[in-house]
Amino acid sequence: MGNSTPREITGWADWLKPQRNRLLVLMVMAAIAMVIPLMANNYVIEVLTNAWFYTILCLGLNIVVGYAGLLDLGYAAFFAVGAYTTGILTSKFGMNFWLTIPVAVSCSMLAGIIIGGPTLRLRSDYLAIVTLGFGEIVRIVARNLEITGGASGLIGIERPVFFGIELSKGIHFYYVFLLLAICACYVSYRLQDSRLGRAWQYVREDEDAAEAMGIDRVGVKLYAYVIGAMFGGIAGCFFAAKMTAISPETFTFSQSVLILLGVVMGGMGKIPGVIVGAFALVLFPEVFRGVGSMRMLIFAIVMLVIMLYRPEGIWPRTKS
Amino acid sequence: MPLLFCFPVSVCCKREPEVLGNCIWNIAMSHLDIILQQLANGVILGSFYALVALGYTMVYGIIKLLNFAHGDLYMVGGFVGFVILSAVSGLLGEGWAAITCSMVLSMLAVGLLGVIIQRVAYQPMLNAPRLSILITALAVSMILSNGVMAVTDGEYLAFTTDLGYDGLDFGNVFISYTQLMLVVSAAVLMIVLTLFVHKTLYGKAMRAIAIDQDACRLMGINVNRIIALTFFIGSSLAAAAGVMAGVYYGSLHFSMGFVIGLKAFTAAVIGGIGSIPGAMLGGLTLGILEAFGTQLPFVGSEWKDVFSFGLLILLLIVKPTGMLGKTEIERM
Repeated sequence: MGNSTPREITGWADWLKPQRNRLLVLMVMAAIAMVIPLMANNYVIEVLTNAWFYTILCLGLNIVVGYAGLLDLGYAAFFAVGAYTTGILTSKFGMNFWLTIPVAVSCSMLAGIIIGGPTLRLRSDYLAIVTLGFGEIVRIVARNLEITGGASGLIGIERPVFFGIELSKGIHFYYVFLLLAICACYVSYRLQDSRLGRAWQYVREDEDAAEAMGIDRVGVKLYAYVIGAMFGGIAGCFFAAKMTAISPETFTFSQSVLILLGVVMGGMGKIPGVIVGAFALVLFPEVFRGVGSMRMLIFAIVMLVIMLYRPEGIWPRTKS
Repeated sequence: MPLLFCFPVSVCCKREPEVLGNCIWNIAMSHLDIILQQLANGVILGSFYALVALGYTMVYGIIKLLNFAHGDLYMVGGFVGFVILSAVSGLLGEGWAAITCSMVLSMLAVGLLGVIIQRVAYQPMLNAPRLSILITALAVSMILSNGVMAVTDGEYLAFTTDLGYDGLDFGNVFISYTQLMLVVSAAVLMIVLTLFVHKTLYGKAMRAIAIDQDACRLMGINVNRIIALTFFIGSSLAAAAGVMAGVYYGSLHFSMGFVIGLKAFTAAVIGGIGSIPGAMLGGLTLGILEAFGTQLPFVGSEWKDVFSFGLLILLLIVKPTGMLGKTEIERM
């Protein structure tokens, strides 16, 4: 960790210690995450893969909702754009999976610019409804176009080959998603206190004051939007490769809400909290098998209770 | 019955410009029956949208909250109406008397539900950041829709009535008495609402709170009570629309609130959010646009929702104040 700025020099002795501890804890946790699949059965691996997958999506949405304070109710759309781009390019045009990633990421970022560019000038609640409408439009378009396979979706998406190993087993994708999640954490962490991150925080707390201080309100929000879209796009690519089949019903409004719930549960804007939120999202229905169709109802009640009584989430950040 | 407007028009365009107007008129006349039928369908659809949009706009006008749960109150209204209708059908049959009865009771019940939601979920959040209250509203919306899903097992309920299929028949244009009655009841509700807002003291208080809440509190208006009243009225209008939709479509499903919530919001924005006549106008406009939109070439009914949402996004970008809304200057 670079500690060359004056702020850190003044109190480096007491600052370094918890930081070193934290680094140690993180490394231990990463090691545990690495080792777990070696001794777990396929079911556990599948569930944990899913949890890492949601971690990436939640961290992406966290940039929009937690950092920049914008409510995005159509996040599944970016994820859909990524998944469909990869799906179409590999299954219909026979493109190599790894080559589709830059295309898919560009497409989802472009989608972010198209939807965010004109609407980020609006009031935040209008933005919520516009993103909701956009999410539905993407899903309906995917449902009705021929190239996206209509209501039944795309099948036969090629498995990626990594240095001669075809990624086909659950354990392969576990490591893929774990690696992506670690990257997502790192990017989120680096963004958090960057110049851009501080600008987001300012805009979130007081938009007018931020603008008066010379922050380009719309531009800064657009960055959040596009970076969030990028996370969703990457997650979508690998999702398509893992499932080998995608259908429009994966990208419904409830999917967007689920991702949002992960962010809200963990406490918006906090990386460890968001990871916990994503895990809670995936593990809860697995642990409580009986709830079945009541899952969304229980999640909604949890969301309401959190907003009313504990808006900082289940793992609040200690105030310094 | 996709109507190929475009083809004859493009043929006409090759002629002299002054003939063009005449030509469009001829095409319009030759499809007059379809146009009138779609106009009628659009007005019926639009009156549902308008009723739901009114609740959106009133709540927004008074506490600047986008009540995501509003569409779900419409859905709950339909289901409550269904329950009451089945309860009273032994006594009153399944004609207009029973429907009116179930509509009124459903309006009362859902109105109360709206007030409870406001008290429990929104009241504590009024001074919280806007993001928090939006997420709260989203949570309430999901609790309502998933709650109804759990109760009904996610199945469609048949909303049976014995209103018959008689109606006014003008050759190719057909309007059933049921449709006519629905439009009339929607119109009556809207007239009553307009009179209430403009002629009574409570209505005056509502309009005052929309302008300046703090000043109202200083003038001795019980702001919380007026906000609750607004929720009551908005929710009961949505419930009325829900019962009407049950009668019109003949079935109910827990997911029906989601799309209509979005559509009604679109309608409210078209008319200018916060404006009561705007919501009515916007609802009718959206209903008619949608009815004609599905008739355009290459735009089948599966694209209907894309059409509405696209319109919403376009409108928010181009003219967020809508037709009757005032330009809002944000004070700091």
